[in-house]
Amino acid sequence: MKSPSDRTSSRKSLPETDVCPELASLGFFKSQRLLALRHRGLLNPEEIDEYIALGGYAALPKALFDMTPEEIVDEVKTSGLRGRGGAGFPTGIKWELARNAESKSGSKYVVCNADEGDPGAFMDRSLLEADPHAVLEGMVIGARAMGASEGFVYVRDEYPHAVRMITRAIEQAEDYGLLGSDILGSDFDFRVSVVRGGGAFVCGEETALMASIEGREGRPRPRPPYPSQSGLWGCPTNINNVETWANIPCIVERGGEWYSGIGTKESKGTKIFSLVGKVVNTGLIEVPMGMTLREIVFDIGGGVPRGRKFKAVQSGGPSGGCIPESLIDLPVDYEELAKAGAIMGSGGLIVMDEDTCMVDLARYFVSFLEEESCGKCVPCREGIKRMREILTDIVEARGKEGDIERLEELAYAIKEASLCGLGKTAPNPVLTTIRYFRDEYESHVLHKRCPAKVCKAMIVYRVVPERCTGCQRCVQVCPVNAISGPRSQPHNVDLDKCIKCGACYEICKFDAIAGDAIYIE
Amino acid sequence: MVSFRMNRRTLKVEDGTTVLEAARDAGIYIPTLCYHPALESVGACRLCMVELSHRGRTGHVAACVTPAVDGSTVKTDTPAVKRIRKTVLELLIARCPEVAILRELGERLGVGEPPYPLENEACLLCGICVRACREIVGAEAIGFAERGAASEVLPPFAVPSARCISCGTCTTVCPARTFELSKVDAVGTMHGDSDDVRTRKCVVCDEHYTSS
Repeated sequence: MKSPSDRTSSRKSLPETDVCPELASLGFFKSQRLLALRHRGLLNPEEIDEYIALGGYAALPKALFDMTPEEIVDEVKTSGLRGRGGAGFPTGIKWELARNAESKSGSKYVVCNADEGDPGAFMDRSLLEADPHAVLEGMVIGARAMGASEGFVYVRDEYPHAVRMITRAIEQAEDYGLLGSDILGSDFDFRVSVVRGGGAFVCGEETALMASIEGREGRPRPRPPYPSQSGLWGCPTNINNVETWANIPCIVERGGEWYSGIGTKESKGTKIFSLVGKVVNTGLIEVPMGMTLREIVFDIGGGVPRGRKFKAVQSGGPSGGCIPESLIDLPVDYEELAKAGAIMGSGGLIVMDEDTCMVDLARYFVSFLEEESCGKCVPCREGIKRMREILTDIVEARGKEGDIERLEELAYAIKEASLCGLGKTAPNPVLTTIRYFRDEYESHVLHKRCPAKVCKAMIVYRVVPERCTGCQRCVQVCPVNAISGPRSQPHNVDLDKCIKCGACYEICKFDAIAGDAIYIE
Repeated sequence: MVSFRMNRRTLKVEDGTTVLEAARDAGIYIPTLCYHPALESVGACRLCMVELSHRGRTGHVAACVTPAVDGSTVKTDTPAVKRIRKTVLELLIARCPEVAILRELGERLGVGEPPYPLENEACLLCGICVRACREIVGAEAIGFAERGAASEVLPPFAVPSARCISCGTCTTVCPARTFELSKVDAVGTMHGDSDDVRTRKCVVCDEHYTSS
């Protein structure tokens, strides 16, 4: 959140002659490079004509008439594009596998995975809402390359606006002959329907997603067979993330060579991140692969608000990892993130400041994953639950010696033995916080102290009598009337009544006359 | 034919044979719980994890769902494999401390009391009953409800299902002996038409069976 002071300072910094600064001159936009988000805010997503006016659906005729399906696949392979859903598998190779796979019934399918469920992530939603035709165009091109005649957009029902936008886009594209039979007179048929998901996080895993589309319970199954061999209803199926699809028209139009000129050696192109948490400028950003975390958090994000100190970034959603300040110059690509113990994931970046407790953070993500585990395999179902129990004990001051080692042992088995990606990556937040912030864990377990002063069981709120002016602001905000004291006299916190909500601390720090008269011990 | 190494031996098996089947044929022990030779394997219990090396890559896979690959190497007994199995079995014992088969496996694998607070669940959630009901009986009267640790085997919407023919297959295949037919009837959820189908007790083995 922006504090009032941040807003005034950014206004003041503009030269007075500039009536309206150009977008590209603002820090937030300066180093971004928009490919998948190329039409962000520039068009009305409900009007296909606006997409066409901005050059949309130009790649489709090229793919239909000027290129063979093999050439399309080769172009995508040349581009070096890797799956934007998280695992980073090379898209061209995936397409080639699906293209070459035999289908017994003759059917092949393409699927757009928009089951975005990470807390704090909104890449897929924004793309579908802002530029649904880019995703559709990518799907038609992909279907042509792989010989698929039917496609599905699997989008969670919690995204009603995205559902409306993509549904409308499909109708309009059908009206214009860009979807349906004999697309643009090319003899190529391709239909797309929208499947609304029930919101289970695990349905973003491709085998669970397919089960859900088929109408069965959304639980993953072992691979092989891979979806490219045997997917929906036993037919070859190619599943790509929303962002991957949105990149395809660019690649076909401007060439794989051009695309591969952006990014790093192993990770090509740009990546969308949702930059959230304790950072001044929150929002969706798209940057070339290989940009350092420092540039993302400080140049684009504008740093940590309220003058607090930067502590870490959680990359890749709940099953991603925590990257500490010491690695702030890490260039963000698939390999570098993996080396740091994190993952690219679908692109969530949660910035944390010094007021974040890393044990509490790990507990939060693990609880999320516990709720979202499908329950099929033992390590994920039982192991994550046990991890959450141990982490809860630690943050509630019941930690005992050996807990950290027990967490590591559980993490090892869960990572190695789980059936699907959810379980295999679930221990990441625990492992990375232990790796980089072991001292915080030890402080909780051995000394029952929370260094970030977050864990309620280990802190108390007190008034500094010399500083307190008795302004009564804290008395007014306390929801349980735990603070007393006459006006102009130092106040007192009744520790028996106090629920440690922190309201008094916040108001004293920022709005009270004295300021900083309440401290956390 | 597929030729691959398992521990120190070379095994030759038919295409499509799983690592587990190949091991069983060769007399090499790999523990399992959710595996049943008559049913589709789902890789749920993860006790059959083995180390698989192929084309320079090494990782852990579930033997029951992994086809043997020509030229690969499988190790069933590495310290890492034992470490994984130990944790998985401890997690299961902590869930179902009273289930005999887990304690027997524990003795065989050297896994004792788990380091977690004990629960007292009867069902391992291995899913053998669900698969048998679907694949063998064809009734599909039971399935998984809820998710994660709250998962349960139930008929649809947890109401007695007319699809259940009270055949008792679920009770027979259950490795934890969670379903005893008499108990199932008492619970009244597994056997929807139990009023119409009488069960009798065998005078020899004391097991219940259906008479119709």
